[in-house]
Amino acid sequence: MIEVRDLTKFYGGKAAVDHLSFTVEPGRVTGFLGPNGAGKSTTMRLILGLDRPQTGTALINGRPYRDLPTPLRTVGALLEAKSVHSGRSARNHLLFLAQTQGLPARRVDEVLGLVGLQAVADKRAGGFSLGMSQRLGVAAAMLGDPEILLLDEPVNGLDPEGVLWIRNLMKQLAVGGRTILVSSHLMNEMAVTADYLIVVGRGRLITEASTEDVIARSTDQSVRVRTPDAARLAELITKAGGTATPGPASNGVGLLTVTGLPAARIGEIAASGGIVLHELTPMASLEEAFMELTSGSLEFGAHGADPVNAGKGQAR
Amino acid sequence: MTTTSVAPARGPSGSAGRRAGFVNLMRAEWTKIRSVRSTVWTLAAFIVVTIGITALLTWLTASHWTGPHAAARDNSILADPVGFIMGAGVGLGQLAICVLGALVITTEYSTGVIRASLLAVPRRIPVLAAKAAVFAVLVLVVTEIVAFCSFFIGSSIVHAHVAVSLSDSGVARAVAGAGLYLTVLGLFALSIGTLIRHTAGAISAVIGIVLVLPILSGLLPGNWGAHINAYLPEQAGTLITHTHEVSGDLLSPWQGFGVLCLWAVLLFAAGAFLLQRRDA
Repeated sequence: MIEVRDLTKFYGGKAAVDHLSFTVEPGRVTGFLGPNGAGKSTTMRLILGLDRPQTGTALINGRPYRDLPTPLRTVGALLEAKSVHSGRSARNHLLFLAQTQGLPARRVDEVLGLVGLQAVADKRAGGFSLGMSQRLGVAAAMLGDPEILLLDEPVNGLDPEGVLWIRNLMKQLAVGGRTILVSSHLMNEMAVTADYLIVVGRGRLITEASTEDVIARSTDQSVRVRTPDAARLAELITKAGGTATPGPASNGVGLLTVTGLPAARIGEIAASGGIVLHELTPMASLEEAFMELTSGSLEFGAHGADPVNAGKGQAR
Repeated sequence: MTTTSVAPARGPSGSAGRRAGFVNLMRAEWTKIRSVRSTVWTLAAFIVVTIGITALLTWLTASHWTGPHAAARDNSILADPVGFIMGAGVGLGQLAICVLGALVITTEYSTGVIRASLLAVPRRIPVLAAKAAVFAVLVLVVTEIVAFCSFFIGSSIVHAHVAVSLSDSGVARAVAGAGLYLTVLGLFALSIGTLIRHTAGAISAVIGIVLVLPILSGLLPGNWGAHINAYLPEQAGTLITHTHEVSGDLLSPWQGFGVLCLWAVLLFAAGAFLLQRRDA
């Protein structure tokens, strides 16, 4: 279990994490969700004792990380910033970590097998692809067979195969009773991996709830409708209590964005009025739910830009 | 590569256990230092430069033994035969040791390995202590072997003209002292690296202190210039590599070595303090 209480961290007078509190329970994947610059990486570094907070505490099973006698046997971490010497082989990187924890060298071969890196174990890590590097990072995190795992943007930049691999790994680990905290700025990724979400923006907690609840709570659904008879349909929708906003027509087919009515109801209204529909699409998406939650807290947001999908560089 | 089997999670009791012992940390640091090329290259450079320069200079001197300045040279050789044989080789070779000392810690920062190291040992200072211990043992072994090899090669080359034996007064101490000096100088560089955390900056700083500061302080006028000069790490430290104490020296060979050790200890403590305090 991870308990974060009132955590605050300033960098150069600016709060990266601002009185943040949450708890990560075992046995499920907890998603740590927020736009870039929301303080996710910083929070993880604070939990792991790499940075010191100005206020608050982060406890691992009731103790600060620094007080864990052999921390890698309790907590495995995959940080976004790289932490491998490019001239050192994967095996030697894992070996020195194992030695610090008094783990046998045999454990290095085990985790190399777990992530499928045996064939390149003695190659210099500098030549690894992003996917291989990420596998090496997972191997390092799994070295001490820890009950708690922290993964910072683990799927960033991975190909679909790699994404699937990480996803399945996390689910398997959670089923085994482990505590898993995984950060991401991608709501859709979280929706398929996380059971529970902690949503942050500008270093503050925005909401925490089960993934289902977060999605359901985004009530402001809209429905996109295309019809050659847009004006009449808009009239009927307004009469039924909905709001229809006309969009640009193309080839004589009008576009309406409808709020306040579910898609099924709109279809019924159109049918009763004998109106032909070319399209009827509910627009509520996870990304919208996320944007809704974090709007106003985007660190580098700009109108017209797509901050949610903007790439993230190396941490700090 | 997509299938994964995972061992079942262990209970909370699995997290218990004793703190990693210092021997474990030293084994880890040994794995680190032996598994990168920079260690091999800097030590190879040290060995080649130190023994090569010693052999070259003694051979050149021996082959031009009779010359206009022979008398003055003979006096200086008799005053400090070990310095004559090994001084230039050690003087150049020490740069490789300084570079290695700085690199063992600064590459942890440039590559990000420091994060992995500190996650494994969050108390931090044991990592630095184990690193320094492993570095010191490795460098002491290499530099002592190179020092004695240099001495035997150099003394055999000039043997026909000057007979210097390890059993002569002060000779064994000066030869062994070269290894001690280089080892503590390496720890001094490691400490600077811990403070500065950047390879280029740390190496520049060490070379500035070792090579440039003595020249600058030598320009200082009068008595206190001489005093400052005598207590600089390189000036004080190399006293132990001189065969005899020269009248007028402010420090004895062992006092000089003690001053260098004090420099190293103070900077190491400062580095450890900052390592503990700073965000990694």
